[in-house]
Amino acid sequence: MATETLTLAKALNTGLRKAMEDDPKVVLMGEDIGKLGGVFRITDALQKDFGEDRVIDTPLAESGIVGTAIGLAIRGYRPVVEIQFDGFVYPAYDQIVSQLAKMHYRSNGKLKMPVVIRIPFGGGIGAVEHHSESPEAYFAHTAGLKVVACSNPADAYWMIQQAIQSDDPIVFMEPKRRYYEKAAVDLSVQPGPLFASKVLREGSDATIVAYGPMVKVALDAATAAAEDGRSLEVIDLRSLSPLDLGPVFASVRKTGRLVVVHEASRNLGIGSEVSARVTEECFYSLEAPVQRVTGYDIPYPASRVEEEFLPDLDRVLDAVDKSFGW
Amino acid sequence: MAERANAKAKAGRRKSGEPEFVQLLTPEGDRVDHPDYTVDFTDDELRGLYRDLVTVRRLDAEATALQRQGELGLWAGLLGQEAAQVGAGRAMRPQDMAFPTYREHGVLYTRGIDPIMPFGLFRGVDQGGWDPNEYKFNMYTIVIGAQTLHAAGYAMGIKYDGKVGDDNGEAVIAFFGDGASSQGDVNESFVFAAAYNAPIVFFCQNNQYAISEPVVRQTRVPLYQRAQGFGFPGIRVDGNDVLAVHAVTKAAMDNARRGNGPTMIEAYTYRMGAHTTSDDPTRYRQGAEVEEWKAKDPILRLGLYLNKRGLTDDAFLADVEKEAGKVAVHLRERVLALPDPAPVSMFDNVYAGGSPLLDAQRAEFVAYEASFEGGNH
Ligand SMILES: Cc1ncc(C[n+]2csc(CCOP(=O)(O)OP(=O)(O)O)c2C)c(N)n1
Repeated sequence: MATETLTLAKALNTGLRKAMEDDPKVVLMGEDIGKLGGVFRITDALQKDFGEDRVIDTPLAESGIVGTAIGLAIRGYRPVVEIQFDGFVYPAYDQIVSQLAKMHYRSNGKLKMPVVIRIPFGGGIGAVEHHSESPEAYFAHTAGLKVVACSNPADAYWMIQQAIQSDDPIVFMEPKRRYYEKAAVDLSVQPGPLFASKVLREGSDATIVAYGPMVKVALDAATAAAEDGRSLEVIDLRSLSPLDLGPVFASVRKTGRLVVVHEASRNLGIGSEVSARVTEECFYSLEAPVQRVTGYDIPYPASRVEEEFLPDLDRVLDAVDKSFGW
Repeated sequence: MAERANAKAKAGRRKSGEPEFVQLLTPEGDRVDHPDYTVDFTDDELRGLYRDLVTVRRLDAEATALQRQGELGLWAGLLGQEAAQVGAGRAMRPQDMAFPTYREHGVLYTRGIDPIMPFGLFRGVDQGGWDPNEYKFNMYTIVIGAQTLHAAGYAMGIKYDGKVGDDNGEAVIAFFGDGASSQGDVNESFVFAAAYNAPIVFFCQNNQYAISEPVVRQTRVPLYQRAQGFGFPGIRVDGNDVLAVHAVTKAAMDNARRGNGPTMIEAYTYRMGAHTTSDDPTRYRQGAEVEEWKAKDPILRLGLYLNKRGLTDDAFLADVEKEAGKVAVHLRERVLALPDPAPVSMFDNVYAGGSPLLDAQRAEFVAYEASFEGGNH
């Protein structure tokens, strides 16, 4: 049967397996991804089936992991790198931003960098510090990188394969608090191109844009708002760089109101760019200023207060109210 | 092997005040033996090495002159490091891959690569964009130490490809400086290379300075000894002795290609000129030190040796000079003719798969540029 019910984690695992079967040049690299299957078990059983040379347990050295992935890419491989947690990508930041992102440009297009960097991101799992961050804007700001975020099992299954097929380096954000949520995945029909946003729920009164872990919150908000007689349209950005804002513009022209939701801090986040672009393109359609519902501009707080930090249903609905009160 | 080498070199140290290293040719041009390393060059090959050294120095001088005349934004010269680079470069086999920093013009030359290649970077007409796989020579890397990881990863790839194990195997050589040895990336590349027994030679040109910082600012132990802590051999070679550098590098590369893993080579040498053309070395080092190293000049000593062996005469020397001059003049002409890139080309090759955002910005740029055409600007 082509449709299976999978957790997001299992969907990623299945997608990685498929990509490795399809192309012998695909190799996985990361800390603890072999026998353990990664701390989130995303690579579960892959080393057993593909061997140690294709599912490479690496030394504990993030710059080393990304830097050697670059060398493997020069050699013709397609490395898929696992960063264990969002907060540990920074030691590799130089290799990602100064090297990986620029190789194609510097080499006048001679070097392709088909490297995927998988980052479990975001909070909501009660973790200690450095385990719940949202670094996507750092990478989205860097020319040469592409940044995508999946939000559900079907996208996870397809997007990871599409990312691996890309000849550009891709930072692949995985919403770790959604890893174990299940949904039906059609293994035979691609849900659409990788770098495209998607309208998940149609509505006429206001638009909510979200990505990654916040998509579920946005959908829940739309359900709650419907009970109050408000019809909200929900768009999953999916691609953070490049942003596919066409569907957002179309939606805002229809609804006249926009709320952008993400876990990352507000200052210079993805929401800032969405807001600016919508203001540039849809100024005369807007009935109210674009509202942003985001994490605060603080280091990710202690887990006992993360519920207050993370945008939730109420904060999203408050922002919708605010938009209507304008 | 390393221990015996050390014992031998220690004896040498007592005599000459040199640090312990592998040497096959003294500064006076006398051939000395080493228990572990030797070379078997024909007379023609020896003359060829001399020609390499002179040509590389001449090209470097031409580049420095071009910078002084405002034709290059910057130049990182190699004066004094010719033997380290020619010795290492000539030890590579065609299937081997090099990962340079920004100073390896000599290695590049010995690979038979058009010496014009780095000039795009230093003139500012490109970012040094050649095809590393075509030339088996990676692009220059400015961020200190970054390339050693790319080299280690490439070497891991060679292993996964099954291209190690005998004399037809492939090997990688990664160049870096004494300053770079302090960087995390270099240390991480040692860890990776060791963990996967990758076919790689780490070639550190210890030219005694990282811009103004002397090597004692980077390390308390001789650099080659670091390798031991990572679990592979380290060896120090007289970096101004082209024969010794060649012998040591060839042995290490062959060892790697046969599947025996990494080696670190410290080529003990000296940068006789400035760090780059924007540097002022008189602020941080004494003239006497430079004079001392001039007496160990790599070209001088090979010339003396060839002369003692009766392998040179005035006609040969004149011919070498003439040919090097020709290559340099030809290079100058072509550097001056390097065209500036079309401004719109700055949008090229950011992504292999394109980007709508960038396409829109390019279109905006083109329209903006066109708005000036025929105008009064
Ligand atoms: C990460 C980084 N920090 C600083 C610099 C600036 N910089 C360029 S060359 C250099 C010194 C490098 O010394 P060394 O590694 O010994 O190589 P050498 O130039 O002597 O060949 C410095 C500090 C740089 N390019 N990259």
